[in-house]
Amino acid sequence: MARFEGTDTYIATQDLRVAVNAAIALERPLLVKGEPGTGKTILAHEVAKGIGRELITWHIKSTTKAQQGLYEYDAVARLRDGQLGEARVHDIRNYIARGKLWEAFAADERPVLLIDEIDKADIEFPNDLLLELDRMEFYVYETRETVVAKQRPVVLITSNNEKELPDAFLRRCFFHYIRFPDRDTMTKIVEVHHPRLKQALLKEALDVFYEIRDVPGLKKKPSTSELIDWIKLLLVEDISPEVLRTRDPQKLIPPLHGALLKNEQDVQLFERLAFIHRRERGQT
Amino acid sequence: MFAGFFLELKRARVPVSLREYLTLMEAMGKHVAGHSVDDFYFLARAALVKDERNIDKFDRVFAQYFQGLESVAEAALVPDDWLTQLAERLFTEEERREIEAMGGLEKLLETLRQRLEEQKGRHEGGNKWIGTLGKSPFGAKGTNPEGVRIGQEEGREGRAVKVWDKREFKNLDGDVELGTRNLKLALRRLRQFAREGAAELLDLDDTIRSTAKNAGWLDLRLVPERHNAVKVLLLLDIGGSMDGHVKACAELFSAARTEFKHLEHYYFHNCPYEHLWKDARRRHAEKTPTMEVLHRLDQGWKLILVGDATMAPYEIAEPGGSVEHMNAEAGATWMRRLTLTYPKAAWLNPVPERYWAGTPSIAMMSKLMEGRMFALTLEGLDRAMRALQR
Repeated sequence: MARFEGTDTYIATQDLRVAVNAAIALERPLLVKGEPGTGKTILAHEVAKGIGRELITWHIKSTTKAQQGLYEYDAVARLRDGQLGEARVHDIRNYIARGKLWEAFAADERPVLLIDEIDKADIEFPNDLLLELDRMEFYVYETRETVVAKQRPVVLITSNNEKELPDAFLRRCFFHYIRFPDRDTMTKIVEVHHPRLKQALLKEALDVFYEIRDVPGLKKKPSTSELIDWIKLLLVEDISPEVLRTRDPQKLIPPLHGALLKNEQDVQLFERLAFIHRRERGQT
Repeated sequence: MFAGFFLELKRARVPVSLREYLTLMEAMGKHVAGHSVDDFYFLARAALVKDERNIDKFDRVFAQYFQGLESVAEAALVPDDWLTQLAERLFTEEERREIEAMGGLEKLLETLRQRLEEQKGRHEGGNKWIGTLGKSPFGAKGTNPEGVRIGQEEGREGRAVKVWDKREFKNLDGDVELGTRNLKLALRRLRQFAREGAAELLDLDDTIRSTAKNAGWLDLRLVPERHNAVKVLLLLDIGGSMDGHVKACAELFSAARTEFKHLEHYYFHNCPYEHLWKDARRRHAEKTPTMEVLHRLDQGWKLILVGDATMAPYEIAEPGGSVEHMNAEAGATWMRRLTLTYPKAAWLNPVPERYWAGTPSIAMMSKLMEGRMFALTLEGLDRAMRALQR
C-alpha cells in the first residue's frame, strides 16, 4: 500500500503524515480534530487522491444511527408490498439497503472511508460502531449472513469537539489534532491554492489575517478556508498590496472583510476598536 | 523497551492504556515511522494521546524521559564553535569570566534545566527561581550578567528547539483555566434529551393499535424526535472581591448563552439575598425579588452559581450581614431555599482550589452546596456537569 506524502493541492505537515501512514499500515481508524476550517474533511479527499483509491463519504447528522451505516431494512415497504400482493415481497433482500460501511467493506480495492463529523451524532453512536470498526465485519439479522470486509478500508473520522467521544472508541483509533498553521505553513498552503499570487500581496494579506486572529474576544476567528476565499476575492477585485498596507487608520476594518468575519458581532467589535483607536489618536 | 515511558505517562495522568501501548509497539515493528526522533515523537503522540488537552502533558513527559536522546540529536545539529561564538558575541570579557566561575556555559544550561523541573509556578522578583525582573541568572528582563533569557520574544531565531519543547498545545491543557472554547466543550455535557419538537420517530405501539383499528391497513404513527431542552438558571457574582474574576465569568456567560435554549441569568453580590438583578450596571434601580424567581422557575431548572465565595463569614451566617444593604434573613437561609428549589445545582469557583482551605467563607458555602463546589477549570467544570446530570 502506498504511503501518503501529501499532494500538490494539500500541504501535510510531518506529524500529520506520520499519523496517516500509521493508520494505513496498522489498519486502524484515524481520528482527526482541529479548529473548524483547518482542512479536516479535505484531508480524506487528499488521502484518497494521494494513495489513488476510491473515497466513500458518510456524513453524520444529529439523527444518524450507527445501523444506517451498515444497512437499513425497509419493513414498511415490505408490509405495503405484502398487502398489495407484489411478487418481490418473498425475497427479503429486496428490502435491505446497503449503508456506507457495507459499501466500503464490499469494495474490491481497499477504499478510503470518511466518517465526517462524528460528534454531531448521538453520544452512543461511536460505541455502536466499536465492533464493526474493530473487526470490520457485521451480522445481518434479516438474511442471517455475516458481511466481512474484503479489505480493511482506511477509515478517517473527523470531529469538531461538540461531544466527548467514549474512551473505548478512542483507544482503538490513532489521533491527530490539526493545529492552526503557523505563518510558514500558511504561506505554503496559500501558494498551493493561488500559485501565481504576488509575494507582496501574500505578505500583506497574511499580516492582516494574523492581526485579525489576534484581536481578543472574536466570536469566530477566521481560519484557513476563510483566508483562501478572501485572497480569491482580493484577486478578483484586483486590490493592490499597497491598499492593504497603507490602510487608513480611520478604517481599521480590512477591505472585503465579509469573507473573514462571518459574525455581525465580530464586525461590530472591529468597528468599536477602530473607534477607540481613532479617539486615542485624537488625544495624542 | 518503552515501558518506563508508558509508566511515566500514567504517572503524569495522561490516560493511556495497555492497548494503545501495544499499538505503538506494533507500529514500531512495522516501521511506520522513519528513523528520526521527530517521527517517533509524532507516532507516539498519534498512538497514545487521544485528546488535545493531554498533548501538553505528553510533551512534558516526552521531553523529560528522552532527555538523553534529545541532547544527542542536538549535539549533531549545532556545532560547538557556533555556540562559543554566540557566547562571545553576547557576553563581555568580564561576564565571560563570571560564567567560567559558575562552571561554564554548559553548567549554566544544565542548572537551568534542573530549575525548570523544580519550579512549577510563576515567579517574580527574588534571586533563585526563574521569573521576571529578578537577579537570578534565569528569566526575562533581569539584571544578572550571565542571565539566560526565558520567554522573551526577541532573539530566538535560529535556535534549534525540539517540537515537544515548544509546548504548542499548552493552552489546550485541561487543568489550566478556561477559555471560551474549552468552556463550550464542557458545557455541552449538559445536553440532555427530552421529547418535544417535530414528529419524526416511528411509534410502534401506536402504529399497531391504529393499524388494527384500520382493519389491517397500515397506518403509521410517529412520535417527536428528541432534542436539547436543558434549562439553566445562571447566577453570577459581580462586584467587590469578584472584580478579578469578572472576565472569566463573562466568558462562561458568553459560552453558556449559545448553548441552551432556556437560559436565565441574574447577578448577585457575594451571596444571594432577597434580590437579584439582570443588569449589573443598574442593580440599584432594577431588582428582581429572589422569591419571584424561585416561584417562576420550577425544579426542572438546573442552577449554576458562579462566584469566588470569598467574603466575611457573617455575610453568609447573620441577618443584616450584607455589606450593601440591610438583609432581614441570612444569606445561608437564601442559599438553602435555592438548593431546595433546585435539587440539581453546582457552584463554580474561579479561585484555584488550593486556596480554598484558607478562606472560611468558601468552606461554609461549599457546605451549603452539599460539597457541590467546583473549580472553574475544564476538569472542575466536567465534574460540575456530571453532578448536574445525576
